[in-house]
Amino acid sequence: MSSVIRIDAVTKRFGSVAAVDGVSLDIFENEFIALLGASGCGKTTLLRIVAGLEHPDTGRIFIDGKDMTGEAPYARPVNMMFQSYALFPHMTVAGNVAFGLKQDGLSGAALEERVKDALVAVEMAGLGERKPHQLSGGQRQRVALARCLAKRPRVLLLDEPMAALDKHLRERTQLELMALRARLGITFVVVTHDQSEAMAMADRVAVMDGGRILQVDTPRNIYERPANARVAGFFGDINLWSAVVGDRPGTVRVPALGFEMPTRGLLPPSGTAVSVAVRPERIAMSRAPLSGAEHAVTGTVQETVYLGTASTCFVKTQAGGTVRVLAPHADGASAFNKGETVHLSWPSTAVTVLDA
Amino acid sequence: MTPRRFSAANIVLGAGLAFLYLPLVVVMIYSFNASRLVTVWTGFSAEWYGALLADRQILDAAGNSLMVALFSATLAAILGTAAGYALARFGRFRGRTALTGVIAAPLVLPDVIAGLSLLLLFVAFEQAFTWMPGRGILTIVIAHAGFTMAYVAVIVQARLAGMARDVEEAAADLGAQPFTVFLAITLPMMRPAIAAGWLLAFVLSLDDLVIASFVSGPQSTTLPMVVYSSIRLGVSPKINALATILIVVTLALLTAAAWIGRGAFKQK
Repeated sequence: MSSVIRIDAVTKRFGSVAAVDGVSLDIFENEFIALLGASGCGKTTLLRIVAGLEHPDTGRIFIDGKDMTGEAPYARPVNMMFQSYALFPHMTVAGNVAFGLKQDGLSGAALEERVKDALVAVEMAGLGERKPHQLSGGQRQRVALARCLAKRPRVLLLDEPMAALDKHLRERTQLELMALRARLGITFVVVTHDQSEAMAMADRVAVMDGGRILQVDTPRNIYERPANARVAGFFGDINLWSAVVGDRPGTVRVPALGFEMPTRGLLPPSGTAVSVAVRPERIAMSRAPLSGAEHAVTGTVQETVYLGTASTCFVKTQAGGTVRVLAPHADGASAFNKGETVHLSWPSTAVTVLDA
Repeated sequence: MTPRRFSAANIVLGAGLAFLYLPLVVVMIYSFNASRLVTVWTGFSAEWYGALLADRQILDAAGNSLMVALFSATLAAILGTAAGYALARFGRFRGRTALTGVIAAPLVLPDVIAGLSLLLLFVAFEQAFTWMPGRGILTIVIAHAGFTMAYVAVIVQARLAGMARDVEEAAADLGAQPFTVFLAITLPMMRPAIAAGWLLAFVLSLDDLVIASFVSGPQSTTLPMVVYSSIRLGVSPKINALATILIVVTLALLTAAAWIGRGAFKQK
């Protein structure tokens, strides 16, 4: 696979703060990649550097193998959809879509054809003569998308595309974006702070923090095998305990739980401080003691949060630690109550050992 | 809740408005006075408006004033837009603070000082290069454009500051070169601010007495100068009529400027 965009050791400072700090990333033909991180992690700056709206202090940007580091935005075969949509308020919807095509020298029937195609693709065909202020938020987003798609870019850059939409519209738009991408064969780079959005849409996710990429992988691999505690904490709910590698081979000692836990995989030498992560949905909870479980802890339910399909329970162990458990309601069993004594267990495959 | 008609705030507001506008209302009422004596009401008449239209000197001065206002406002709109754009969009260039100060100076500089310094400059030009001998309409236009462009620059800068940068960035991203971005995106979005600035410059030029007195020549008397000099020779009721017309025209233009400018400070 050839990379459409190669980001090579890019650093961008604003004053003394490095917004992007030595980031390298290859983005491949026809993939959907999400840059995920909290606000201020540098993901939008990285996107703007790819678009040419910011210039890196060091490092290079290659698009289709060509060094585009010094090129102006108008010379790059990528288009960006802004978080604010940035529609031209004094132009009609059709005028907005036509603007980019006119810059390519298109006119007359060919121009009208392309504008129509782009508006049809986002189901806005009948609204070409409206002005942006006469549209709803969702419709504005579609116009912004059509304006980019009309240019038939190699890569479409989307900055928080769903941030201004309500939940219902967001899910529909996610599906539509994925369908568009399948149909048009354009490479998508999406910036988002919403991990569920990244997981739902992207082939690969790059988790960013403090201007650096912490991990790039498929959503599943990041969820199940996070590279470190920060990625694990950012990507979904998780129990994270500090631990020490135990004396017996293959075990870690978790003071918060009060026992040594067998794990799978290689461990650092005994005595090394590590973090242990277990996803809440991998933990089984019952009122009767469990026999034959690899890990079993007894504790008291401190708090339950009803979520509809499941409840999140916070269980205090006898050793003083707190375990977050996702208890499904599927089996019709009565919900756990505050103050109940419960037994928790999970398989050793559910345990991930991370650097401390 | 029904509004309290005689609340303290309303009384203060009423007193403030009366303080500002009562003198104008008195002038407007007396412009329809039949009596030759300005301060004695004898009956309703529009005769002074007729007399005004027959007065060659006043008509010439009105013509001069309109011409000066038209040209100086246009010049101020062009220069002020350029200055406002530079301040809002060129980032932290060398001398930006100095430019901000230079542009804001005419807003606070006393007219007498501005007028005197311009007069000295024009005299020096005349002596050194024989430019603009004797002074006239052209010197007033230059002087007025100089101080009214500050207002245009401030309005345009405020508009650009409130206008999100990303609209221009989107245009560049869609393939537009910088000059196209300016012509197709920035300029149309600045239009309400420029129009409001032009109208404000027009009104300021029309009303200016002090600077015009310094830099005008013998053949270039403007309307405020005629009003001022005729009051010193004794007040004619014609002047009330003229003042009324000026007030109405000025208020109409200011209202238009505010109405156009209302879009200038809000997003989209």
